[in-house]
Amino acid sequence: MKHLKTIGLVLFLLGLITFVSSLFVGSFSIKQSELNTLLNENEKQNLLESFQTEIADKNFASAFEFTNKITSVFSAKNEELKTLQQWDKVMWNSPQEFALPIVKSAAQGSIKNNKTFWLLITIGLCCFGGLIFILPDLNLYKTKGVKNENVFKSSIKSQGIVGIITGAFLISFYILLYWFPSYIVSWVLIVDPISELLSGNPASQWFLYGLLYTLIMLVMGIRMLIKYRGNKYQIFRTISVMFFQTAFAFLIPEILVRLNQPYMDFKNIWPLDYDFFFQWNLDQLIASGGIGIFMLVWGILLFAIAVPVFTYFYGKRWYCSWVCGCGGLAETMGDPFRQLSNKTLKAWKIERISIHSVLVFAVLMTIATLYSYFSGEYQILGVETSSIQKTYGFLIGSAFAGVVGTGFYPLMGNRMWCRFGCPLAGYIGIIQKFKSKFRITTNGGQCISCGNCSTYCEMGIDVRWYAQRGQNIVRSSCVGCGVCSAVCPRGVLKLENGSEIKRVNDNPILIGDKNIQVIHETF
Amino acid sequence: MGEHIVIIGNGIAGITCARYLRKLNHQTQITVVGGETEHFFSRTALMYVYMGHMKFEHTKPYEDWFWKKNNINLVFDWVTKIDTESNQLALKNSTKLNYDKLVLATGSKPNKFGWPGENLHGVQGLYSVQDLELMEKNTANIKKAVVVGGGLIGVEMAEMLHSRGIKVDYLIREDNFWGNVLPKVDGDFIANHLKNDHEINLHFNTELEFIGGDSKQNVTSVFTSHGNEIKCDFVGLTVGVSPNIELVKQTKIETKLGVLVNKKFETNIENIYAIGDCAEFTNPVKGRKPIEQVWYTGRIMGETLAKILCGKNVEYNPGPWFNSAKFFDIEYQTYGVVPNKLEPNQNEFIWKDEKNRRLIHLVFEQETEKFLGINSFGIRLRHEIFDAWLTKGKTINYCLAHFEDANFDPEFYKAFSYDFVDAFNKKFGKSIKVKRKSWLRILNPLAS
Repeated sequence: MKHLKTIGLVLFLLGLITFVSSLFVGSFSIKQSELNTLLNENEKQNLLESFQTEIADKNFASAFEFTNKITSVFSAKNEELKTLQQWDKVMWNSPQEFALPIVKSAAQGSIKNNKTFWLLITIGLCCFGGLIFILPDLNLYKTKGVKNENVFKSSIKSQGIVGIITGAFLISFYILLYWFPSYIVSWVLIVDPISELLSGNPASQWFLYGLLYTLIMLVMGIRMLIKYRGNKYQIFRTISVMFFQTAFAFLIPEILVRLNQPYMDFKNIWPLDYDFFFQWNLDQLIASGGIGIFMLVWGILLFAIAVPVFTYFYGKRWYCSWVCGCGGLAETMGDPFRQLSNKTLKAWKIERISIHSVLVFAVLMTIATLYSYFSGEYQILGVETSSIQKTYGFLIGSAFAGVVGTGFYPLMGNRMWCRFGCPLAGYIGIIQKFKSKFRITTNGGQCISCGNCSTYCEMGIDVRWYAQRGQNIVRSSCVGCGVCSAVCPRGVLKLENGSEIKRVNDNPILIGDKNIQVIHETF
Repeated sequence: MGEHIVIIGNGIAGITCARYLRKLNHQTQITVVGGETEHFFSRTALMYVYMGHMKFEHTKPYEDWFWKKNNINLVFDWVTKIDTESNQLALKNSTKLNYDKLVLATGSKPNKFGWPGENLHGVQGLYSVQDLELMEKNTANIKKAVVVGGGLIGVEMAEMLHSRGIKVDYLIREDNFWGNVLPKVDGDFIANHLKNDHEINLHFNTELEFIGGDSKQNVTSVFTSHGNEIKCDFVGLTVGVSPNIELVKQTKIETKLGVLVNKKFETNIENIYAIGDCAEFTNPVKGRKPIEQVWYTGRIMGETLAKILCGKNVEYNPGPWFNSAKFFDIEYQTYGVVPNKLEPNQNEFIWKDEKNRRLIHLVFEQETEKFLGINSFGIRLRHEIFDAWLTKGKTINYCLAHFEDANFDPEFYKAFSYDFVDAFNKKFGKSIKVKRKSWLRILNPLAS
């Protein structure tokens, strides 16, 4: 069985190496006619002349070289337009973003001709190898207890060199995805067949991301199901996040597009879904008739009604560890890194400032957006609404949620985004803290202060601090993953939705000393 | 500046005492002397450090700034001498320390019974951080180990060794696991788990005769009371612990097995107290042992003594007995008294679900049907509820009917009480019906 695991790991790594190498496969050249069509579609007619002389029918050895050429021509033309003060013609979007479709249609060679084959030997092989690595655990660990053996002896799981390399890889992936998508054109090409199958359209970098995200969650979800197979709460929760990602975040939006309806992830809630109220989205929804209006109302009902009601009855967990995509990735792919979250009081202080600042930022941005939408003004208090949106998108939407949120899994734990950044988590957290039936009950005096709960809390809550003083855990950040309870060796912790009375006990007593029992009864 | 209270020992008893002293009194000068580690850690968690679940850092229940912030002075040193005449302590590495009041919380040390070979390399007990470090060295790259002593530390050690793929032979003097505490059914249940699920090789009714070594003084095998030789590279001696009172024995403080104290933890010398593992009650609380070497009792003693030192008129008054442990994958909780052999006026009910590794063992009075205690394996129970039931002297019928109030298993787990109450009804010709869980009762367990 151990050999099988090794084989799985080798296959996975081979897949990964092929995946990365594929970025360097193929050459690029684009015909004049094709270029004309693409520039037409992109309303970049003013680039036509320089593109025809410098790019069309020329051969480029790599996506990097080709992209660099495109961006340099693009920038030169832009400079020229600026010098001529032809402001109406100056192009404001990023040349990288604009380059992707051109680079994609210019691709020549093996990948372009054998997409399915490349899909199998890269992403396919990674998934297959991953499963071969994971499945033998069923047989290796015959009993159903949670096994955290050697977690802190593993380099990848304890910020060792392998962990740092993994972190660097993930961070690089996000930087390429967000800001240099045309460099990863091979990956986008590889997933074309699946995109065409689902939505009928060729893949974008976002389809690539969605597909990888879903596959990783499914494979690592299986790992989670095996690891916690003795714990029904964990099983149900994991199946739930796997389902919501596959159906709601991945398949349904693609099918909507196929049916010529607006793209919508029905479980993504404002303010996590920060561009829900952006003009382009509102316009699109309203223009789509009945279903668009339904989507608009649905989105408003989610944050205005569903969040407070569900959070009152079940706590934050109904969303963060059962439904949410970010949470889902953290709970599956991120599970091996949950012990890396910082548990110090200092981290908690930073967390409170940080997450609530993002929440305020998101709310203010949305107010500005709606103001502009209804008034038609481009500015609010002298600041351009679009620049607020861009700043938020760059800092929070991309850098924080993506690069830090996932890239930092092996460096600082799997819930960096959820804990320090997610505005929705901030909002739900306030409700959980002040008006909810949810708590983690501490079981009388049974705590031995061992620290398993705190160590494996992905949100960095010092669970033991409460448990060892017999106090229920009521914290806005708790996502209710239930792992503290699962790893407790003495049955001290239980997640439950109970009465609001005695939910918070500020003067807890530890059962065992009858001298205090008396005081307790009168209290 | 208030009086100076010095506590020897920074384990759970000493540290709890220091913390409650500070809570109750802002003036007292508090010093805790401990030589094992600089900061308080959870001894019960040492096994998890060995198994790689945690780093040592994670076993510290309080961040390092906590002590200074709460004005608790920590001295990382060993006490070498107690001078009860001049109220002074001599320390190994630093200057002398004067006290107004002295609290002894020196804990235990592993027992050794003078076996030939017990001092060979690779033979050790497990109690302190230093023991753990030694075990780390002693078990590097070894294949076979023997653990001696069928108690809690023994089974922990077996689990630790097993986690590194080391083959374990486990010698147990009694005819069932943890026989001086657990009834045979319960002990056998655990033994089966160890044997069948984790390939631990158990040897019951077997004692250690002597330990054999090679010319380099390394252990090579143990010889059992049955005359068998078991080859091994490591021997874990976990045959209980006894109060660590070497330091106290040189003084006028009275000792027997431990430091003798009354229920206010007072020793025979004024202003000197003892709590935790090292204390021995001359007149124990009814139904309790004179020496209690459990995390929880250490904590309760520390809390109680802090109150006494702050002038409160209380004495050691622990509620109903409770304890817990984990045997590999099986969690164990106990409330009240489940004796290893039933007393004449007692009756019992045992329900076992081997497949799911669950067992419930209830004991009650034959005549009055008063509930006396429960051993629970694989089912988590609510402490507060059992504490209330035991305090109020509820009947077994009441407890079973309301068992779902006490169920503390995670959500979505099967409620087993319906099964075992059924079995109870059949066995005793009763017709108890399990009631649905009630938050009203759970929140006011003493009301009904």
